[in-house]
Parts: sequence; C-alpha cells; structure tokens
Amino acid sequence: MTPPPGTLLAAEDLRKSYGPTVALDGAGFSIHPGEVVAVMGPSGSGKSTLLHCLAGIVPPDSGSIVYDGRELAGMSDTERSALRRSEFGFVFQFGQLVPELTCVENVALPLRLNGRPRKEAERAALAWMQRLEVDDLAAKRPGEVSGGQGQRVAVARALVTEPRVIFADEPTGALDSLNGERVMELLTEAARSANAAVVLVTHEARVAAYSDREIVVRDGRSRDMERAI
Amino acid sequence: MSIGHTLLGLLESGPRHGYDLKRAFDEKFGHDRPLHYGQVYSTMSRLLKHGLVEVDGIEAGGGPERKRYAITDAGVTDVERWLATPEKPEEYLQSTLYTKVVLALLTHRDAADILDVQRSEHLRSMRILTDRKRKGDLADQLVCDHALFHLEADLRWLELTAARLDKLRAEVTR
Ligand SMILES: Nc1ncnc2c1ncn2[C@@H]1O[C@H](COP(=O)(O)OP(=O)(O)OP(=O)(O)O)[C@@H](O)[C@H]1O
Ligand SMILES: [Mg+2]
Repeated sequence: MTPPPGTLLAAEDLRKSYGPTVALDGAGFSIHPGEVVAVMGPSGSGKSTLLHCLAGIVPPDSGSIVYDGRELAGMSDTERSALRRSEFGFVFQFGQLVPELTCVENVALPLRLNGRPRKEAERAALAWMQRLEVDDLAAKRPGEVSGGQGQRVAVARALVTEPRVIFADEPTGALDSLNGERVMELLTEAARSANAAVVLVTHEARVAAYSDREIVVRDGRSRDMERAI
Repeated sequence: MSIGHTLLGLLESGPRHGYDLKRAFDEKFGHDRPLHYGQVYSTMSRLLKHGLVEVDGIEAGGGPERKRYAITDAGVTDVERWLATPEKPEEYLQSTLYTKVVLALLTHRDAADILDVQRSEHLRSMRILTDRKRKGDLADQLVCDHALFHLEADLRWLELTAARLDKLRAEVTR
C-alpha cells in the first residue's frame, strides 16, 4: 500500500482472528501528524485490536500497515520494538505505572530504556510532569496518588520520549468527568503543539469531542465518517 | 418530525389507502399523538402535487379516504435523501430519529448507517463547544457544559438504540 502524501500511519484491509473469533475483518485507518482521530464503536467490535495492530503490538493475519513510509510487517522484531520505544507513546485505561518506582522514575523510564542518563532523563520527566500539573507528586509512588493524578503521570510518561504517535485506549475510562476532561485537554494540547498524532479509542462522546474526526468500528470493519459524508 | 416523509416511507412497502396509511402511522409512530384524517389528506395532496405519490386506485363510493396511493421513483429518492441527512441536534430529536430508524428497518435500508451519520453530526457540534470551552472563561465553560451534556444524552440513547437494532428489526417487521 502507498498511502497519500502527508500520511503518518495508515492501514488497509486488516484481518485478525483469535481462534474462531474474528476481531478485525478488513479494517482500515489513516492519520496525519498533529491529528487526533477518535476510534468509536460498540464493545467487542475490534477497537483495541485495531490499536494494537497499528502500534505493532499484535501482528494482523493479513493486511498492510505503513508507518512513515515503511511497512510494519517488513520490519524485524527488534526494529518494531525500537519503534514502539522511541516513536510511539501509550496511555491505557488502568495503571501501567510500575508500583516500585516513584512517579518521576516512572515518567523517566522510557528515556532510561532508550539509554539516556538518569539525571537527564529525570529532568525531562519533571518538565513533562509540570506540564501535566503533577510535578509535586514526583517523589511519590503510584500507590500513593489518586486515579486522576496517576493517569496524568501516565500521560507524562507517554509524552516524555516526544513520540510521533500516541496510542490511547480509553485513557479517561477510570476517571470522573472533570478529571477525564482535564487529561484530554492536556493530552491533546501537548500532542498538537508537538505535532504528534493521537489514536484515541473511546466510547465516550465527550472524550471523542477532543478529536478532529472519528472512525467507527463495527464487526471488525471500520468506517471513516469524514469521507462518508 | 416530517409527517410527509414518514407517510412516503410507509408507502415504500406497497400502495395503501388513506385510512390504512393513518392506521400504520398511528401504530408505529403515533403513540400518544395519532394523526387526524385532515393531516393525512392535506399531506397526501401536497405529495401528489410534487409528484412524490400517485393515485393508484379509488374504491367505489369513496371519499378521500378511499383513494389508494403509490409512491413514485421521485418519492423513493426523497425518502432516501431524508434518511441520509442527519438531524440538527435539538430537543425532542429522538422522535424524528426513532422514526427514521424504524422506517429504515421497514424498508430494508441500513439503520446503523443513519445512527453513524447522526453521531457524526452531534460530534461536530460537540467539537465546537469543546473548543469554545477550552478558550473561554468559567461562565463559557458552564454554558458549553450544559449543551454538551444534552448532546451526550442524545448520543447515549443513540448507542443504546444501535445496540438493539436487531431486536427492533424483529419487532417492527413482525
Ligand atoms: N487476546 C485475545 N484472545 C482472544 N480473543 C480476543 C483477544 N483480544 C480480543 N479478542 C476478541 O476480539 C474481539 C474484539 O475485541 P477488542 O478488544 O478489539 O474489542 P473492543 O472494541 O476494544 O471492545 P471494548 O470496547 O469492550 O474494549 C472480541 O470478540 C474479543 O473477545
Ligand atoms: Mg477495548
């Protein structure tokens, strides 16, 4: 597949089954730098599977995924995990923070895994925590902060490597609406100013309202609502 | 809600007499507000004038309720266009949307499609409000939040309806 110029990440005709269960049945996707695309659709329709395929976490059975001009399937495992570590950021619904580390160490972790020295990594981490208004929690452990605070720490961690694509699967799912909105505001603002793309899986309309456009996944097939109208 | 489009949609499954049209409408959409005969005939004569229906037969001894109406190709196109056009988000939207969904099921069109397009229209409004909220002061935020919660309520109803389409299809086509 050759996506149109300006496309950062694109997928075509993705198929994925888990045993007899068809999770993706010809789904497609595309996103530009700086764009926020909401992925909506009923429970079990294949949204998370689509996100996992796009992020190179789960290989599709067939179909094509092109990131920045390169076919994901053509990369080695090492290349794909390097891509995930340096170019992609992830925010999920529940605590992906490491409980033994402090919040600032958690945020600095992706940089440390990329080989950055500790001091430098934590300095960058603290700057992101400031932007997400959680720098005062730097020395606390995840077990000692609230759900909303923990989720902001997780967003800071997703952004610290300055990824070009942020994958967010129900990032506000466990938060009340005020906290959820603040997280969305900070996430989309940070992403837009860094010209990063955001793939945002959500079933909440008020969260999807932070996107530029939405696609709907149903029975493993996706529908691009912008092109549909 | 557009009575004209609804009556047209009911004619898609075959020609009907005026009284039969009224009965079908009341049964499916009338609930607490049945149509008056007068409404049926004024609507039908408007549809006739615009070429969206034609008179297919007249029963003997008949007043207007004895006329049998059939939908024309232009009429089918008109229903099609109405179903495909999302509604402006507003109060009491659900009665129009409900009518569209039921008509789509009755005429074997894609009802999920209507809901997708409507969701998209709502999200368009919600994006504008969200953006205004982000830039505004607290008063702006509260005003926008009120509107956002109402739109969200519509969408929650829409998602629930989408999840029950198969059941609804079984019921309305019974
Ligand atoms: N690892 C797995 N093993 C087996 N089946 C799976 C696996 N992951 C997903 N599935 C199945 O694939 C289908 C799609 O699942 P997916 O998680 O993508 O849905 P979703 O749209 O994200 O739903 P939700 O809104 O509930 O999170 C479902 O039927 C699910 O049960
Ligand atoms: Mg999911």
